Amino acid sequence: MITAGIDIGSISTKAAVLSDGKLLGTRVIFTGYHAEAAGRTVFEELLTELGLERSAIRRVISTGYGRNSVKFVDKAVTEITCHGVGAFYLDPGARSIIDIGGQDSKVIVIDEKGKVKNFAMNDKCAAGTGRFLEVMARALEVDLGVFGNLSLKAGSPSRISSLCTVFAESEVISLISGGEHRENIIAGIHESIAARVAAMANRVGVVPPLVMTGGVAKNMGVVKALEKKLEMTIRVSEYAQVNGAIGAAVLGMSMK
Amino acid sequence: MAEKKTESMNLVQEIFLYFLAGIRRTLLRFKKRKKIKEILTVYYMEAKSARISGRKVAWITSGGPVEPLIAMDVIPVYPENHGAMIGASKMGTDLCETSESMGYSTDLCSYARSDIACATVNGGPIGGLPRPDMLVCCNNICGTVLKWYEVQARYFNVPLFIFDTPFCHTGFSEEVRRYVRRQLDEYVLFLEEACGKKMDHERLSNVGKLSLEAQRLWQAVLDTTVNRPAPMSAFDAFYHLALIVTLRETREAVDYYSRLLERMNDRVARGIGAIPDEKHRLLWDNIPIWHRTRWLSEKFASHNACLVADTYTSAWCGSMKYIDENNFFDSMAEAYTRIYLNIGVDEMARMVLAMVDKYNVDGIVMHSNRSCKPYSLGQYDIAKIVEKERGIPSLIIEADMVDERSFSESQVATRIDAFMEMIKAMRQ
Ligand code: SF4
Repeated sequence: MITAGIDIGSISTKAAVLSDGKLLGTRVIFTGYHAEAAGRTVFEELLTELGLERSAIRRVISTGYGRNSVKFVDKAVTEITCHGVGAFYLDPGARSIIDIGGQDSKVIVIDEKGKVKNFAMNDKCAAGTGRFLEVMARALEVDLGVFGNLSLKAGSPSRISSLCTVFAESEVISLISGGEHRENIIAGIHESIAARVAAMANRVGVVPPLVMTGGVAKNMGVVKALEKKLEMTIRVSEYAQVNGAIGAAVLGMSMK
Repeated sequence: MAEKKTESMNLVQEIFLYFLAGIRRTLLRFKKRKKIKEILTVYYMEAKSARISGRKVAWITSGGPVEPLIAMDVIPVYPENHGAMIGASKMGTDLCETSESMGYSTDLCSYARSDIACATVNGGPIGGLPRPDMLVCCNNICGTVLKWYEVQARYFNVPLFIFDTPFCHTGFSEEVRRYVRRQLDEYVLFLEEACGKKMDHERLSNVGKLSLEAQRLWQAVLDTTVNRPAPMSAFDAFYHLALIVTLRETREAVDYYSRLLERMNDRVARGIGAIPDEKHRLLWDNIPIWHRTRWLSEKFASHNACLVADTYTSAWCGSMKYIDENNFFDSMAEAYTRIYLNIGVDEMARMVLAMVDKYNVDGIVMHSNRSCKPYSLGQYDIAKIVEKERGIPSLIIEADMVDERSFSESQVATRIDAFMEMIKAMRQ
């Protein structure tokens, strides 16, 4: 049976296609203004890439903040459930998941069957999310892609104490004008995200093995800062960014 | 000159209201099935024309000792109930902004913010509360009310009585009882001075009996939801609550709740539920998000989940066990001190656990209320205790009871959907 998952996030939209539980392919595009169109486009593009007809897909599940805006799917499921299922599919040993996406971050604890036991999401605030990193990258005029590597070269990370993204940005600007090294500032930014997310993780009772999913998992600086803060190693799958879409496709198989 | 004119206009208005209230009250008397809205309308009309009828009006905190006021024929008015009305009519954000421009912090409770603003502009759903002749502030619910009532006492230039109930971390001591009991005497003296007459203790004891009867009936109404399906939900309780808050010591409240109880028992007998297909039962914690009650009730119903009980509406009958029917006055000291918001987290958790068992719920929905710190503090601990003792999960929703700016619909929707997916998966 071929199933597909579409994860419409605030920044990027992801799709994954599975055949009898085997991953056939994935795709990521920018969400842009129109969530519904992004969902349709990423799905169609992936099908073309895989040389599949729409009729070959038995079930399509949507997830992510735009999950209810796509009408052609069989069911919409929240990103909490999908990330849990996706992480369990990619790494059956996983018991906790940290997902940092564009507009929210979440911590999910799952049981030995991959079912969600507990979860927490950040409050109505961009601190501790991918958006926070974007704002900082703009202030520092550094490409977000190199953020991770740069921060690993930091001597001593700067202290960013403000909880608010806007205030943290002005803190960063004053650090820049104070002549602080970029690497240190970036490392400081990562530590501030890690501190926020770690607090949330401890609140829900995070347990190892811990995996990290979502686009921010590609940033080694954040991963390392989180490992330090939580005193736990973090596993990152190469499919971390499309984990939610994969989870949705997996759910499509078991759906009655 | 202009002032004189508005003053005489007010007077004309009040005379008109006074007669209208009289007519409506008579009509109401003959009506068999009184609606809450009709009862409250007459109540507010009477309070707004109290100057004409020669009665006094006291503003009092929701957890304050109200029975002595009734015994003195004073009309009690509840700014917090008014706050709930403001929230439900979605007028909270505007009023909160007004108070912020007056200099009040956004961190201040939104009941306080909207009430303080409302007093200056006579805004809100009922054009402002009737002017008080005195204020009665009991700090058994929070510390915010102290400053809030001081502000209003200055604004209206009326006497303020502060009834101080020490926080009960673990239990209740003899010293506390004596301390609070003595204040009851002071309270009576305060009222006698403000009203220019003596307290009739026999009347007070009768008022107490009526109040207790209404509370018993309210508890019985709430208890009908132990049945499956529950004949009513917490959202219905939020609505029916109005009388137990504002008019609990009246015959009207007793009649209203007797009939409501009959109706609920009838629904139970016929197996009619609050939602069409009750599959999951949940417990609500904290003050309702007044501006989103309908949205929330539909959201949960779409998951076949019924909020069968809550810690909020039961707070008005939670300390009945401390009342001595034959010595109402003395027992008020303990009953008004040991209320839900004035006890330690461990005892709160015990009460929540008892409700989890009694109503047989599958999960708890906690509103982490930006306004109400005493209610929201400890929720994470309570959630952990319940999870550990009963294996039942909790969902925390961040919002504010009145201020809509602290609410994000899509974020809350995702949390609720995820929580329900989790509960369904757990029960599979
Ligand atoms: S802080 Fe809470 S208890 Fe105090 S007045 Fe506000 S809502 Fe009521």
